[in-house]
Amino acid sequence: MKEVRFVDALLEVNNLSVSFSTYAGKVQAVRGVNLFLKKGETLAIVGESGSGKSVTSKTIMNLLPKRSAQIEEGEILFEGKDLTKYSEKQMDKIRGSEISMIFQDPMTALNPTMTIGKQIAESILSHEKTSKKEAMQKAIALVKLVGIPNAEGRVNQYPHQFSGGMRQRVVIAIALACNPKVLIADEPTTALDVTIQAQILDLMKVIQQKMGTSIIIITHDLGVVANMADRVAVMYAGKIVETGKVDEIFYNPQHPYTWGLLGSMPNMETRGELVAIPGTPPDMLHPPKGDPFAERNEQALKIDFLREPPMFKLTETHFAATWLLHGKAPVVERPVKMQKGHLQTRKLQNANELQVRQLEPLVQIKNLKKYFSVGKNEVLKAVDNISIDIMRGETLGLVGESGCGKSTLGRTLMKLYEATDGEVFYRQELVHGKKKASQMKDFNRKVQMIFQDPYASLNPRKTVSDIIAEGIDIHGLAKTKEERRQKVYHLLEVVGLNRSHASRYPHEFSGGQRQRIGIARALAVEPEFIIADEPISALDVSIQAQVVNLMKKLQKEHDLTYLFIAHDLSMVKHISDRVGVMYLGNMVELASSDDLYNDPLHPYTQALLSAVPVPDPMREKSRNRIVLKGELPSPSTPPSGCRFRTRCPYALDSCAKEVPLWRELKKNHWAACHILK
Amino acid sequence: MKPIEKRMSEELSDDLFEVVGREGQASEQIDRPQLSSFKDSWMRLSKNKGALISLVVLAVVFLLAIFGPYMNEYKYYETDYAAAYQPPGEEHWLGTDKFGRDQWTRIWEGTRISLFIAILAALLDLFIGVTYGAVSALIGGKTDNMMQRVIEILVGIPNLIIIILLIMLMKPGILTITIAMVITGWVNMARLMRAQIFKLKEQEFVLAARSLGAGNKRLIVHHLIPNTIGIIVINMMFTIPSAIFTEAFLSFIGLGLQEPTASLGVLINDGFQGMRNHFYLLLYPAIVIVAIMVSFNILADGMRDALDPRMRK
Repeated sequence: MKEVRFVDALLEVNNLSVSFSTYAGKVQAVRGVNLFLKKGETLAIVGESGSGKSVTSKTIMNLLPKRSAQIEEGEILFEGKDLTKYSEKQMDKIRGSEISMIFQDPMTALNPTMTIGKQIAESILSHEKTSKKEAMQKAIALVKLVGIPNAEGRVNQYPHQFSGGMRQRVVIAIALACNPKVLIADEPTTALDVTIQAQILDLMKVIQQKMGTSIIIITHDLGVVANMADRVAVMYAGKIVETGKVDEIFYNPQHPYTWGLLGSMPNMETRGELVAIPGTPPDMLHPPKGDPFAERNEQALKIDFLREPPMFKLTETHFAATWLLHGKAPVVERPVKMQKGHLQTRKLQNANELQVRQLEPLVQIKNLKKYFSVGKNEVLKAVDNISIDIMRGETLGLVGESGCGKSTLGRTLMKLYEATDGEVFYRQELVHGKKKASQMKDFNRKVQMIFQDPYASLNPRKTVSDIIAEGIDIHGLAKTKEERRQKVYHLLEVVGLNRSHASRYPHEFSGGQRQRIGIARALAVEPEFIIADEPISALDVSIQAQVVNLMKKLQKEHDLTYLFIAHDLSMVKHISDRVGVMYLGNMVELASSDDLYNDPLHPYTQALLSAVPVPDPMREKSRNRIVLKGELPSPSTPPSGCRFRTRCPYALDSCAKEVPLWRELKKNHWAACHILK
Repeated sequence: MKPIEKRMSEELSDDLFEVVGREGQASEQIDRPQLSSFKDSWMRLSKNKGALISLVVLAVVFLLAIFGPYMNEYKYYETDYAAAYQPPGEEHWLGTDKFGRDQWTRIWEGTRISLFIAILAALLDLFIGVTYGAVSALIGGKTDNMMQRVIEILVGIPNLIIIILLIMLMKPGILTITIAMVITGWVNMARLMRAQIFKLKEQEFVLAARSLGAGNKRLIVHHLIPNTIGIIVINMMFTIPSAIFTEAFLSFIGLGLQEPTASLGVLINDGFQGMRNHFYLLLYPAIVIVAIMVSFNILADGMRDALDPRMRK
């Protein structure tokens, strides 16, 4: 099979297999991966968590834990030399100067006790023979290059004085310090907000043009891939299942897993059910024989369970490992077709079809404020003066960058926090203030919450059945043990798990399964109103679709009302009837989801929408972004007047003086902005 | 590539290319054996050889502390001046001391009393410390502030002074020593517990329980205690050997238990005085105390690794 396909490859990974030893046996994280990277190009590796994409990149950098990880076979050729045979000392010379890496979390990637200038200079000094002074000069130049204003002053600051986005810029500056030939970015924007993500992606592209660096970007976000990549490799269960140019992967995908990935990502126009990939990825302790994706493939062939498919060649650049490409295979239709240009901006004809249902309001929020006191004279205004109604049976989406107060709003509605000022009515009854225990119990049954972190939201010391039955126990909903057991079984089935899971502990489940357990726990008390606080942001794309589909189904069956808090705008748009946009504790715009996405009024909403990467390379590469300047100001000292004015491209003098009014500008379309008439 | 493909199509019959779909819930199945956190911890502990050996040593010491004194006909206070300073032999397995008391009986009697004091002190530490720390963390705010200042004052006083004062006030004995050790000993447990509860209080599963309407009692019993139990147990395991050592030290400097009551400290003090001529009197109690201290520490270390969920793979 091995051919001399890539003459000009800078980096080449051949038949790489990596395993980890654990108590239960060997986990085969990477199984025979072939990759190559040409000079100046961007290769994206996509796949779900656990597919081996990060392990591959760490193997290239020789950063795997020595005790448990082991390279079973294969070679990594960098400019023709095999890196797997290099000693630690030789690798030190390569790392940082020839190949460098950007990590996911900018909060932990920097040393908190060193100024950023020193940190950048240090990596220069360790690879090049220059004086300290010269290194510092170079550090300042790099800080300028990554777009940090006032570079001379800021190099003497410590990491905690920088915001998340700025820190990621510093991390990039360190990675670029020695002019590396290859830059490996492991989920570089996953921890960042969309507006900041757009800035960082633009920066990486600019740097690539200036310096000719080759980039390997590892991500699960197909929007980022469409934006950045020249070529794509799709990984599943430690193997590359499909690889090709970005257009080939997006417009002519061949592997069912690629279909699933593309289908489960909502774009601004999808309606109805998302094409979720059922099930969970295989446990790599016992990798399935045959096609590893067969277990989750609705149209799996018999042979998929028996034999591993070879790489079939479609074009010079496009390869896919699926039996569907074999001559004898039947023609299998892709579940949803995505054609070129399908995602052009077009207005929906049926924009009015899903109008706000004018039902009675279930929750009324009036001038709600929630302040936290931090330090002596500092007050953090997390939620400031918000008034909205949530109608019965609707899904209200709530979006905004991190730190805008959306989670605080949700928790205050639940009375997990006491309100500082203002009122919340649930079915015309006041939520806050002193209440009798029985009233509180009633309220707790009707209003439930789904949490963000599937790892922290389940008690690790309890079995799944005890976790789900918690509400049943508190409210005495089951009279006998048998009834309790039956209820738990029923709930498990409702969320797509089975009875055998009841006696297991949370750590045995995957993220998506845990999130479904969290949903089952909330459903156990038969609530009317569910606050979902970023329920999908910690999950893989295909699993996100599962959870969202489940939530939609449950809403229909149980007549639920949702408050859906998220920062993923396309998912919010997909699930919500109406969407509210928050900025620094204020609500800036509220409208039906179609109105909001087709005709955003507030400049912040416009910028947010334009920053969302869309999984469509043609559109992604041609469109113009409104890139917001700067970062989110601190919520304890918000700007006077309109809080968005510091980043607003249209800000007027009057914006600094007066707080804009919350007005209904069009029918059912509310916004707070001075320039809108 | 071509010839390979050709060969394959000869091998592969047509019926292999039927669409059969996925196998129901196959991918939701969990293959790994069911694993409770207890089993999981035990599995990791049993891989730690040092911890296992320590466990066996401790089991033997405990059994001998319970049954040892009854294994021959002597009593620990029974004197026999005719048989003073007998070397280990048939009659007296580990010899006799200056009053002709059987050393075997005295050692295990002493071990029993030392362990009793240590475990009692550790339990009292646990009880006071956990309650104090949990209350402090759960109420929070001003109460927490006050309670922490009390702890700081207690930590500020050297505990040897407290112990000496207390023993001068009260009669030296098991209870006095225990109280003396507990009076300052619980502080560590309280601090540990407070930190743990503070961390857990903000966890989403606790919020989830609160949003389901769980009261404070349920939160403590079902969520907070089960998640701190590992750390409590480990801390206790470290407290016991240090309590044994403190007791031995006090007895050695003459502030502890008085003759004829035996404890490891008393025995070592005795043996130390006759060390030049009758080394065996010092040797055997010393071996026992070293075995207990080392085993407890190694076992506690092993348990810390085994119970820490971050070590799980």
